[in-house]
Amino acid sequence: MDLLSLVHIILPLLIVVAAGFAVLLRDLISCTIALAAMSLLLSLEFYILHAPDVAIAEAGVGACITTAIIILAISMTKREEDER
Amino acid sequence: MSEMSKIVRSISNLLLPFILIYGFYIILHGHLTPGGGFQGGAVVASGLVMVLVAYGSERFASWVKEKHLSVLESIGALGFISLAFLGLSTAFFYNFLAGKGGLFGDIPPEGSNPGALNTAGTLPLMNLAVGLKVIAGLASIVLVMGLASHYFKQGGENDT
Repeated sequence: MDLLSLVHIILPLLIVVAAGFAVLLRDLISCTIALAAMSLLLSLEFYILHAPDVAIAEAGVGACITTAIIILAISMTKREEDER
Repeated sequence: MSEMSKIVRSISNLLLPFILIYGFYIILHGHLTPGGGFQGGAVVASGLVMVLVAYGSERFASWVKEKHLSVLESIGALGFISLAFLGLSTAFFYNFLAGKGGLFGDIPPEGSNPGALNTAGTLPLMNLAVGLKVIAGLASIVLVMGLASHYFKQGGENDT
């Protein structure tokens, strides 16, 4: 097994781990950072799948602008999620 | 959104020129390398959004007015569609600058080459127009959201 196919296995697992953190964490700012990390890993995945166009768009929009928008939205409400 | 600490503001000052140069590089090399108007515009807009988050939306709004961003967005859209109409003597979206010499008019060299920037006719100009529109659009979205959060924190009293 060469290095690239190993990366093809590890990177989706890391994406799933980051998405799980985004769902499970209680602090909403931490959730946003986990979502940004997921976006960044997803852009890396797009890059190794030979779609650099999509990777740049994902890194710019997904990792930066949506993070800023979500942080602005959190600053209008509470930081902590309610306990169920 | 209020101002962040001095460390965050200094780092964002330090990073902003590099992000802007990288974004405009992606826009200008849209016909040669991966990326183009939308991708480069998203990179430049993310740099502006970083400054907005670091300095707070009120201070950012005193530097960049939402009205001016709206004008820039309209200039981008009008530039794109008028470049499309300028080639109408042959066809809509006809590339009337390619291969004529002058602005972006060189004929690209054959074979494998590092990429000649002064080629491809109207495509770089259209990339610039799209990039301008994307920069202004994304920056104004985040700016309006930041101003709205400031407005609702004040209890919706003062008029901005």
